[in-house]
Amino acid sequence: MSILVNKDTKVIVQGLTGKTGTFHTEQALAYYGTKMVGGVHPKKGGESWSSGVDGTSLPIFTSVAEARERTGADATVIYVPPAGAADAIIEAIEAEVPFITCITEGIPVMDMVRVKARLDRSKSRLLGPNCPGILTPEECKIGIMPGSIFRKGSVGIVSRSGTLTYEAVFQTSNEGLGQTTAVGIGGDPVKGTEFIDVLEMFLADDATTSIIMIGEIGGSAEEDAAQFLKDEAKKGRSKPMAGFIAGRTAPKGRTMGHAGAVVSGGKGDAESKIAAMESAGIKVSPSPARLGKTLVEVLKG
Amino acid sequence: MNIHEYQAKALLKGYGAPVAEGVAILKAEEAEAAAKSLPGPLYVVKSQIHAGGRGKGKFKELGPDAKGGVRLAFSIEEAKAHAKEMLGNTLVTAQTGEAGKQVNRLYIEDGADIARELYCSLLVDRSVGRVAFVVSTEGGMDIEAVAHDTPEKIQTIAIDPEAGVTAADIAAISKALELDGAAAEDAKSLFPLLYKAFNEKDMALLEINPLIVMKNGHLRVLDAKMSFDGNALFRHDDVKALRDETEEDAKEIEASKWDLAYVALDGNIGCMVNGAGLAMATMDIIKLYGKEPANFCDVGGGAGKEKVAAAFKIITADPKVEGILVNIFGGIMRCDVIAEGVVAAVQEVGLKVPLVVRLEGTNVELGKKILNESGLAITAADDLDDAAKKIVAAIEA
Repeated sequence: MSILVNKDTKVIVQGLTGKTGTFHTEQALAYYGTKMVGGVHPKKGGESWSSGVDGTSLPIFTSVAEARERTGADATVIYVPPAGAADAIIEAIEAEVPFITCITEGIPVMDMVRVKARLDRSKSRLLGPNCPGILTPEECKIGIMPGSIFRKGSVGIVSRSGTLTYEAVFQTSNEGLGQTTAVGIGGDPVKGTEFIDVLEMFLADDATTSIIMIGEIGGSAEEDAAQFLKDEAKKGRSKPMAGFIAGRTAPKGRTMGHAGAVVSGGKGDAESKIAAMESAGIKVSPSPARLGKTLVEVLKG
Repeated sequence: MNIHEYQAKALLKGYGAPVAEGVAILKAEEAEAAAKSLPGPLYVVKSQIHAGGRGKGKFKELGPDAKGGVRLAFSIEEAKAHAKEMLGNTLVTAQTGEAGKQVNRLYIEDGADIARELYCSLLVDRSVGRVAFVVSTEGGMDIEAVAHDTPEKIQTIAIDPEAGVTAADIAAISKALELDGAAAEDAKSLFPLLYKAFNEKDMALLEINPLIVMKNGHLRVLDAKMSFDGNALFRHDDVKALRDETEEDAKEIEASKWDLAYVALDGNIGCMVNGAGLAMATMDIIKLYGKEPANFCDVGGGAGKEKVAAAFKIITADPKVEGILVNIFGGIMRCDVIAEGVVAAVQEVGLKVPLVVRLEGTNVELGKKILNESGLAITAADDLDDAAKKIVAAIEA
């Protein structure tokens, strides 16, 4: 099993015809034949897109609604540049696409405030923005994660950071554990899916027998997730977990790349997050190079 | 991006906010004309630097008994004397660090008769994904201390973006600030206009500390701190024009030209990493092995060879740097592009310190091949742990 995406997930691409969209769609098609079914471009509807790798051709539609109707897609991935990305997400929400992944980095926060309001009264789930996407090994790759480091297995991975997701995947593959699904929720302060949403799905997924959660400084999403895990554990739902918090050494008040990663007013610092996660039973690794080993230690008891 | 107090006040005045009359000056000789243009007889002479805590700050050159970075003047002569003493000297506050900041601009403002000092800020509350007012009756002091000691005195009112600031929101804010009479009337226009300014200008933070109730019962914005969402500057040329580069680190300015996420730090191991999380984690692991990072640097996902080379040059130009760690886990970023950029930069500016490179992910073999065939003295690392150990060992050698 897996969460959110599997071999049957049909994906359209908003921003397919750009350089980034093209590169990653080629990669997705090459990854166990992820079902990429079409692209959207307001001015190129009726044309088609071809993979430079194997010549696979995908139809281009004028709108998300048309693409969804014609292909039966249940997911969309957005590679649209920052200035137009919020409108692209809203178009996908209005077309009632069940699962929307937005890779775009650098969307103005106020645009995401507008998206969030629209999302809250919709049936869609948004992953991101500013995230690497989601990957279920040997079944479906949405976004920009490198497929080669994955291995089918039992660990559910959820992370605010893209490249640290890869570290967790790489290390759990090297330990022979493999993954059920890896989910990058993204580094922006206002986003769609949060830790709690993904943890709930991993707890409910039988194939996921352990979880790695990677957070970073800023906000209180890790503390909220820790409280959620404590509450679920009281109901008898829990799985072995390892974790990491990036940004222990970051200076206060400065934004560390991710717009969301800023410590202000004594809130959102690494130590309080680590304490909250440890109190929820998560073994937090002090080193980002020991995520896999830490999880193995937890599993050995 | 941050701007000065006087710029923030001018921006708010444009939206109709009640601010005092004031004049910004760059030279002490301008102080007299500035003060004469104000009503008087009370003036406030305020240092314009991008850091808080100015009132309690001390000038490095003036000794411990001299007055701080925000001073009252009861005559034009006194305002002139303050300006002469303050301009060009270095103000050290709780937020500037020990080095302090040179005061190159002053703002001379009309004084106010203060009855009460309040706190009001607007920011994006990420827990609800909405703009929120954070207000407190405890204004004029360090809000972080208030949050720590008496958190019940701070209230947060989040605004529904589709409704805007409603009458109920204004009532809630006014109640939290215990406003009545003329102040409560002023509130009806002030809070919606602050929200409008925040939205229209894509601010990241608008902090008014203090917002005052004057003895005549009306509200006035006495101080204003404003910062903007860097991701939205593309649609605000007017805001970009307010940037004061003398307030920023030269390396950070160069980095921003290349759209690199770079933060200068105090250690001696330079870092170049892809991805913000991995970049922070790389700093963390350096510290774990007993050393300090010289910088945070995320070259991002879609960087080309030129951008990588630019990042490398900025890092090597820092005289504190005794060793460099390049840590790349390629997803969107290809390892061969990183390798080409590093090789190009080293060929151009040379390499005087140890360099450890760890590559993993997309096109890793090609990347390693480019580094091996370059003939440069580069130490390859197998993984993040190995990389951190090797760079720490290299600078200790």
